[in-house]
Amino acid sequence: MKKNRLFFLLPYSLWILLFVIAPMILIAFDAFTGSHGEFTWSNFVQFFSDTTFLRMTLNSFWYAFLITVITLLISYPMAYILSHMKNQQFWLLLIILPTWINLLLKAYAFIGIFARDGLVNHFLSFFGIGPANILFTDFAFIFVATYIEIPFMILPIYNAICDIDPALINAARDLGASKWQVLGKIIWPLSRSGVESGIQAVFIPSLSLFMLTRLIGGNRVITLGTAIEEYFLTTMNWHMGSTIGVVLIVLMLIVMLTTNRKRHHQEVR
Amino acid sequence: MDIIKLEHVTKQYDDGFIALNDISLTIESGKFYSLLGPSGSGKTTILRIMAGFSEPTEGKVYFAGQDITALDASKRQINTVFQNYALFPHMNVYENVAFGLEIKKQKKSKIQAAVKDALHMVQLDDFANREISELSGGQQQRVAIARALVNQPKVLLLDESLSALDKHLRKDMQFELRAIQKKLGITFIFVTHDQEEALAMSDEIFVLDKGKIQQSGSPVDIYDEPVNDFVARFIGDSNIVLGRMVRDFEVEFVNRRFECADAGIPAGEKVEIVLRPEDLDLVRPEDGKLDVIVQSQLFLGDHYEIKAKDMDDNEWLIHSTNATQVGKEVGVFFDSEDIHVMRFGESEADFDKRLETYEGDETGEKR
Repeated sequence: MKKNRLFFLLPYSLWILLFVIAPMILIAFDAFTGSHGEFTWSNFVQFFSDTTFLRMTLNSFWYAFLITVITLLISYPMAYILSHMKNQQFWLLLIILPTWINLLLKAYAFIGIFARDGLVNHFLSFFGIGPANILFTDFAFIFVATYIEIPFMILPIYNAICDIDPALINAARDLGASKWQVLGKIIWPLSRSGVESGIQAVFIPSLSLFMLTRLIGGNRVITLGTAIEEYFLTTMNWHMGSTIGVVLIVLMLIVMLTTNRKRHHQEVR
Repeated sequence: MDIIKLEHVTKQYDDGFIALNDISLTIESGKFYSLLGPSGSGKTTILRIMAGFSEPTEGKVYFAGQDITALDASKRQINTVFQNYALFPHMNVYENVAFGLEIKKQKKSKIQAAVKDALHMVQLDDFANREISELSGGQQQRVAIARALVNQPKVLLLDESLSALDKHLRKDMQFELRAIQKKLGITFIFVTHDQEEALAMSDEIFVLDKGKIQQSGSPVDIYDEPVNDFVARFIGDSNIVLGRMVRDFEVEFVNRRFECADAGIPAGEKVEIVLRPEDLDLVRPEDGKLDVIVQSQLFLGDHYEIKAKDMDDNEWLIHSTNATQVGKEVGVFFDSEDIHVMRFGESEADFDKRLETYEGDETGEKR
């Protein structure tokens, strides 16, 4: 019996070992070695003493933060409304569908929409406002990133809201709570696990976005993700790229830990 | 004083299912009521309409004389103890009980005192800081009661609140609920499918089936004088046989004539006879009104449950404190008052009217 279970565990363990643990060890190894393979802290020293890197880190954080907040502001009400609608499966499908399309294709589609002779500018010119520079702006970058991340925020929140026992909502109303109080005191706290997973699912990938920064942001937005890509593919400095990777992993861990805090209670004697 | 009144309330769901069919009932202040019926009988729907979670398709709901049919649940002076307690899992015991008062923005010191009192009443004095997940079912039940009572409602609704507890705990809670109700003097409306529970706790019972009130009255009335065979079968065990009215105070069944306590039914009308198993006594064959042969015997602790058959193959259920032997021929004795005659299709109102014609006093005892 026990042997059997170990057997079934094998593919999963191999997967984790080869594609999660091994790459992380390789990255850590590269980050702590110099160009001749010797152990060194110099990569980290360089990272933390160079204002460019620090600015990039802050930049990454700031944009990831903006993307997450905007995504959350849009997704929570949508998930809430969705959980109260008829034909939920249909609307869910509409939300999931865009995730089946390749990220690059979506990015190119937005280039078409936002370009100088694109759809939006045609529309704006019709009212005599445009054409405006939309592509290669912060706005475009955040807009597209948010669009792409929304399903990953809506789904966990929607699931968490659906898991709430309707009797709890009746109980709160029974005890005198208004619709808004029910939302604030019951639904929000009980769907927090969904919000937390949503934030993790959006914030962490947003930290290392790199393709969109180039295609939509026109490289005006430089994040850690962009930097890693540059180091690995353009300057071929794998050691520095790995160092940034390690910093990114540590930042992600911090985010995960802080979003999993336990709430505290009113204590009485 | 009437506290809640339902007038011709009908509830039809979108799929056409009629959960309640023209229900009218009056709840008096300070009494313990039970809504008793099998699942799907509409008892929970009545509760939901009283609490305000559901609006009737037709009809009106009055609270202390005021029409509250469309009033939001949050504005009613009615609180509910839910079937699975519906305690807020993200709050501890104190926060759960304090919820209603905090919504009403009462002072913190006042809330603390009220919560303390409420927890004391349900004997959970030291549990304020516990998590809900740390409580047993019985304790959660008590928290749910405290959470509702702390708001000082005029009416407390209890939705199958004891059904998740084990038998022992349930008995304890029945006594306790009854004691709390007596102490606070507020109206309790208890929904249950358990007839024993309803009989044990209530001042008055509404027996429901298929969205209609089948009978209402005190536990004794309902047990002793069921108006139809649904009530007779649902409340307690019963032997039901077909019979024929011979004349007033005389009825014929199993091909014999018996003296009975019912009148006002046309002679010759086909009727149903209810005999409660505990009203049947085992005697020697020559002393009995019926001769039966014992088919099986079960020992149930406080009595024996005996199944026997008479000469016409009718099965009789008899509760006896004394044992007998399977296969033995015995006599069955019962008093004339133990015979309950039910007319086919007679409503509760018709029954009461008929009763008045030969008993002559309105308030009275129905036997």
